[in-house]
Amino acid sequence: MKKFVKLASVVCVAAMMVSTVAMADGETFKIGGIGPMTGAAAAYGMGVMNGAQIAVDEINEAGGVNGVQLEFNPQDDEHDAEKSVNAYNTLKDWGMQMLLGSVTSAPCIAVEAEAANDNMFLLTPSGSAVDCITAGDNAFRVCFSDPSQGTASAQYIGEHGLAEKVAAIYDSSDVYSSGIYATFKAEAENQPFEIVSEEAFTADSKTDFTVQIQKAKDAGAELVFLPFYYNEAALVFTQAAAMDYAPLWFGVDGMDGILTGVEGFDTSLAEGVMLLTPFSADAQDDLTKNFVAKYQEEYGEVPNQFAADAYDGIYIMKAAIEQAGVTPDMDPSAICDAVKAAMTEISVDGLTGSGMTWSADGEPSKSPKAVVIEDGAYKGME
Amino acid sequence: MSLLSYLINGISLGSVYAIIALGYTMVYGIARMLNFAHGDVIMVGGYVALTVVLSYSTNPLVAVLVAIVVCTVLGIVIERVAYRPLRGAASPLAVLITAIGVSYLLQNVVLLIFGPNPKSFQSVVPFPDLKFAGGTLNISAETIVTIASCIVIMIVLTTFINKTKAGQAMLAVSEDKGAAQLMGINVNGTIALTFAIGSGLAAIAGVLLCSSYPSLSPYTGSMPGIKAFVAAVFGGIGSIPGAMIGGIVLGVIEIMSKAYISSQLADAIVFAVLIVVLLVKPTGLLGKKIQEKV
Repeated sequence: MKKFVKLASVVCVAAMMVSTVAMADGETFKIGGIGPMTGAAAAYGMGVMNGAQIAVDEINEAGGVNGVQLEFNPQDDEHDAEKSVNAYNTLKDWGMQMLLGSVTSAPCIAVEAEAANDNMFLLTPSGSAVDCITAGDNAFRVCFSDPSQGTASAQYIGEHGLAEKVAAIYDSSDVYSSGIYATFKAEAENQPFEIVSEEAFTADSKTDFTVQIQKAKDAGAELVFLPFYYNEAALVFTQAAAMDYAPLWFGVDGMDGILTGVEGFDTSLAEGVMLLTPFSADAQDDLTKNFVAKYQEEYGEVPNQFAADAYDGIYIMKAAIEQAGVTPDMDPSAICDAVKAAMTEISVDGLTGSGMTWSADGEPSKSPKAVVIEDGAYKGME
Repeated sequence: MSLLSYLINGISLGSVYAIIALGYTMVYGIARMLNFAHGDVIMVGGYVALTVVLSYSTNPLVAVLVAIVVCTVLGIVIERVAYRPLRGAASPLAVLITAIGVSYLLQNVVLLIFGPNPKSFQSVVPFPDLKFAGGTLNISAETIVTIASCIVIMIVLTTFINKTKAGQAMLAVSEDKGAAQLMGINVNGTIALTFAIGSGLAAIAGVLLCSSYPSLSPYTGSMPGIKAFVAAVFGGIGSIPGAMIGGIVLGVIEIMSKAYISSQLADAIVFAVLIVVLLVKPTGLLGKKIQEKV
């Protein structure tokens, strides 16, 4: 036992020395990443961390940002707000200068409260709730916000005349889902379709959707809007098939992952599902083809939009660092002040949009794309 | 017609709760402890069945049997390693906390082995769905199998407890552990047997749960586990028919309040009914009043 204690203390001291050394170098930009790498939302977090790592490796191979190498440190938060804040503190101890995260909305809101206090530059690749970036002017995002997704979905359905009777099922216990639904509903009043059934579920009752589906069916809905994540969507599709109900399904970015995220899911059930997503892996431009090829080589799967958001996120940071002319020996707060001013001046061509620009409140400006699932793959829509 | 299909869905959901609740209620009735890891044993059962179907045999019956064997062994091991050493502990809280620990341990071990991505479970029920009234009423084969197994399990369990020696020993241990021991009953063995049966049932529940709601993740068992616990309390914890009735009533209330009152408030209504039942009948629907002798 004594020996063990001795060994443990030696290891501890060694670890402390290593971390002190790492803290003091000031020769790299230290970028922290926070997202769910395990747990129910792991497909998003893993996508983000892998996508960001590819971008970091590319930039470092090409000589870094203004000659400075990037260092990326991903931390797991299990899609839990408290763990996300813990991860943020771990990263601060590590010497983080800029943060890519958090990946999911609720944890991101919690982390942003801390980051705003510290004046730490925060760029969330995919935290789409409005409040993810409202606590301070230090926060920006790569993806669309929830309201813009809901509004854009309603406009898309209306303008393309997809249906006259629309049903909606949403997760009332989730800020992401209910946020999107609220703006969808508001915008639907201006659109030539009618919401005939609106049903909710909560995190505690998300296995049985028969009631919600039955109500949509009874109301004669031709299209069902599903503003929630692919996990539950897979159950909805399975249960609807068992009930012989086959409307048009319309999802948002949380639906991304339906083809790969649920192992063993019969993807033919998702045939014809439409979703709004800024990224489609089958796009034929060089940037996408290069990214998808690298991702498949490294991680053996097709990247989802979260990976693309994160890849863009790292390049956005690069552009902002170059514009602001910051150096790695500056403290995080000084970097944040310079970079947040630079964010409104840059324009980035990325995987999730070309000519992306940002307003001072942190919202991106880019146009949404819709894809439809055909033969087990995304296909771009008009 | 929708009323009928809501009712059938409610009974189906309730039957799953009922089978899970049986495990809670047996263990509580006999060992006087809440086995919070029960929901996670269900999840393990689901994963075992899935693995068997995917890699060894496509025969669903084989998968179910292997799952039952693995879960039974798991139940005995958990009882032996984690609960038995604490049975004499001064505070009954110790074993409760251990149970929560075992629950997290199981979740995280499965997370480590199978990864976080949810897996879609292929139904083990090989029959087609029943359709009535020109397709407007659709009863899935899983629903029928779930309800049928629920009834069979209840009959077998009740017979087992009332007619066999081991069953009588369980009753004796539940009444008075000390006296049972004096009568020559192997208390540890009886409690281990209870865990074995409860965990075997959990495997069946896991397979049925995942056949009806085909998404399996390391956290699949926790929410149905809690609902089933509520069902067990609702029906009168310790009572086997009570767990059955509690489970089915809970499932029907949940689906009906979703359908006719509010899909957002369904859970609140379920728990409000629980509170009302407990206020009127503190021991649950079929619970026995236990006289404390001073």
